Amino acid sequence: MKWVVTKNNKPLEIKNIPELSIRDFRQDIIALAKQKMRVVSFFGLRKDNAVTIYCVMADDETSRLFVASSKLNLNTTYDSISQSVPAFSMFEREFYEEFGILPENHPWLKPVRYSAGRFDKSAKIEEYPFFTMDGEEIHQVAVGPVHAGIIEPGHFRFMCCGENICHLEIQLGYQHRDIESLILKRNDFNKKKFNMHLAESIAGDTSIGHALAYAGAVEALSNCVVSRRAESIRAIALELERIGIHIGDLGAISNDIGYLMGNAVFGATRTLAINSMLAICGSRFGRGLIKVGGVAFDIDTELMKSLSKTFRKIDHDVTLMGETMLSQATVLSRLETTGIVDKHTASEIGMAGLSARASGYSIDVRADHPFGIYKYYPIYKTSIDNGDVFARTYLRYVEIGNSIKFIFEQFDNLPENNTPLLNATGEFAGDSFVVSLVEGWRGEIAHCAITDADGNLIRYKIKDPSFNNWFALALAVRNNGISDFPLCNKSFNLSYCGFDL
Amino acid sequence: MFDLLKVRINQGNQAIPDIKRAVINPMFRGLPEITAESCDKSIEEICPVGALSSSPLSIDMGKCIFCADCERACGKGEIKFTNFHKTSATSRETLIVDMHTNAQSYEKTAIQARKDIKKLFGRSLKLRSVSAGGCNGCEMELNACSNVNFDMGRFGIDVVASPRHADGIIITGPITENMVYALNDSYLAVPHPKIIIVVGSCAISGGKFAGSPAINREFLKNHKIDLYIPGCPVHPLTVINGILNFIGR
Repeated sequence: MKWVVTKNNKPLEIKNIPELSIRDFRQDIIALAKQKMRVVSFFGLRKDNAVTIYCVMADDETSRLFVASSKLNLNTTYDSISQSVPAFSMFEREFYEEFGILPENHPWLKPVRYSAGRFDKSAKIEEYPFFTMDGEEIHQVAVGPVHAGIIEPGHFRFMCCGENICHLEIQLGYQHRDIESLILKRNDFNKKKFNMHLAESIAGDTSIGHALAYAGAVEALSNCVVSRRAESIRAIALELERIGIHIGDLGAISNDIGYLMGNAVFGATRTLAINSMLAICGSRFGRGLIKVGGVAFDIDTELMKSLSKTFRKIDHDVTLMGETMLSQATVLSRLETTGIVDKHTASEIGMAGLSARASGYSIDVRADHPFGIYKYYPIYKTSIDNGDVFARTYLRYVEIGNSIKFIFEQFDNLPENNTPLLNATGEFAGDSFVVSLVEGWRGEIAHCAITDADGNLIRYKIKDPSFNNWFALALAVRNNGISDFPLCNKSFNLSYCGFDL
Repeated sequence: MFDLLKVRINQGNQAIPDIKRAVINPMFRGLPEITAESCDKSIEEICPVGALSSSPLSIDMGKCIFCADCERACGKGEIKFTNFHKTSATSRETLIVDMHTNAQSYEKTAIQARKDIKKLFGRSLKLRSVSAGGCNGCEMELNACSNVNFDMGRFGIDVVASPRHADGIIITGPITENMVYALNDSYLAVPHPKIIIVVGSCAISGGKFAGSPAINREFLKNHKIDLYIPGCPVHPLTVINGILNFIGR
């Protein structure tokens, strides 16, 4: 097999990426998938009338990434990979929507997000081809795109038999802002013009995660080394983002089972976490903290003292409420065995992040493909086998505690403040390709960047973990009561805009 | 039972007692204070969203994402972001601030309370939220408005589950092409008299996404906006104080 091997944040020259015939490309992918490798990214780059497909496969045990490409002309077809490797389904749908190159015999070839650059501009989001079922007892429930709370837009179509969900189809695309093309327009690497602000809003609830992935890609291409102290502050912010969202999710899950005490207490505790972020950088979501080359704000001794006090309180309050909540029979009976995704399914469909770990599929970029400070302070992967709402809830509870411990470890080991927090970028590598992976609170964020001969960006591919996991939600609710849908949905808490881009 | 009591006692009372006098951490970037007529750096290069104008030096808070890149780039204290958060306004022009703007005068004049609004909605205002391309930042902050700390519900202000129960819509996001139809339908489903509130720099001006081929802002051109709440994302205190002033409270 001719695939080139690389690592997270290690650039490759384009000429070293093998260009295979589509037949070999497909067969290699199937062979790699059989060796337990999973797809990280699969996307096209168009030049005139031809499209080059790039595929990145990850070997988690050895921290290696395998890359290869294949060239296809527009208006051609190829035999779909999804028939053999279901995890490719969404990637191939996306590829088809953009370029119109048909993956033949794809099991579920439907529109993905009605992107601005789609090949068939006549397709309208109002005319999505829904799956339907017939039968005397079968009825449809349609929800969205505008929801009954303050939630991003998306449409859910349930096929129900009585109270039971037989099938859920999730239709997205309402949040599509065409970020990938905006990033190309608003970056001029050689003039040192970066657009971190856009990266922070790919999914606003994962500002730090996406900002780090973007920074990682740009720094790798320009040979920019980030100081140890800045790396440490970055990781503290990433864990703080995780803590804030996980606590908020525990509150939201409590609310959906009518356990209002949990909702109130976790809501108030989340405020402490995100206000700590505000104390560091002036934004409750960490906007403006991460810069290409380092961080814009320091954590001095005085701030560290007050943050430590707050984090101890958060730890105490979450433990007190969490232990109380998770030992109540009424709570457990609602969470256990609801919305199950088993381990086999999780790895087959290529789930990512916390939801995958809650199904016993133990993947975590911080441990498998370490970046930044995680190279020196490894984290231990935590997973549970149940795959139900309880598993996803409990794992959040566990991760909050682990993240707080990690932050205290960083506080104890923060290097002296004599290194610069921001380093300048060097010369940008021309004709290069880089993969930048970050474990956000939802899971694996993958950014791929390709530069032209002058070192300017010509393709920027973003993959939010929601891209992997929306289909898992659809499978989780099958054969559950429709009234449990909100609970299942909250236990995944997926991003609409991260998917829609 | 005793565990629950323990949690309850540990929590105490979490609500911010006086929303109108609450102050945010000094690190927060709110109303910019401009102290010079100009800045000797090239303005167009500095601001990522085109919120900055020269001669006289001014910032359009409807476009601003409060990143403070300009504060750092100008470097001589020409621009300084203060932690003053009551930045909502009833007219689009008010959001443009220059060296003649200060917090006290801004607070007094930015929101023109109307008698009819006070009479109709002064005691209760129910809103339908439409997220139209937002990054989920403003949406999360709007949700936070109803948590136990900010507790917007105590003023009779709520986001409700049906447009039929609402007195107006609250829009977040730059309005994507794919949301045009649903946004218009949501607005039509709200009974008269009704108001429109736009939240966050995306909704006010397109913000970071202005100029994207995937957004369509026709809707805002065809309707009168009653309240602008700037931020990226907005702070819950900006939202609650803005709405309270707007309904004459």
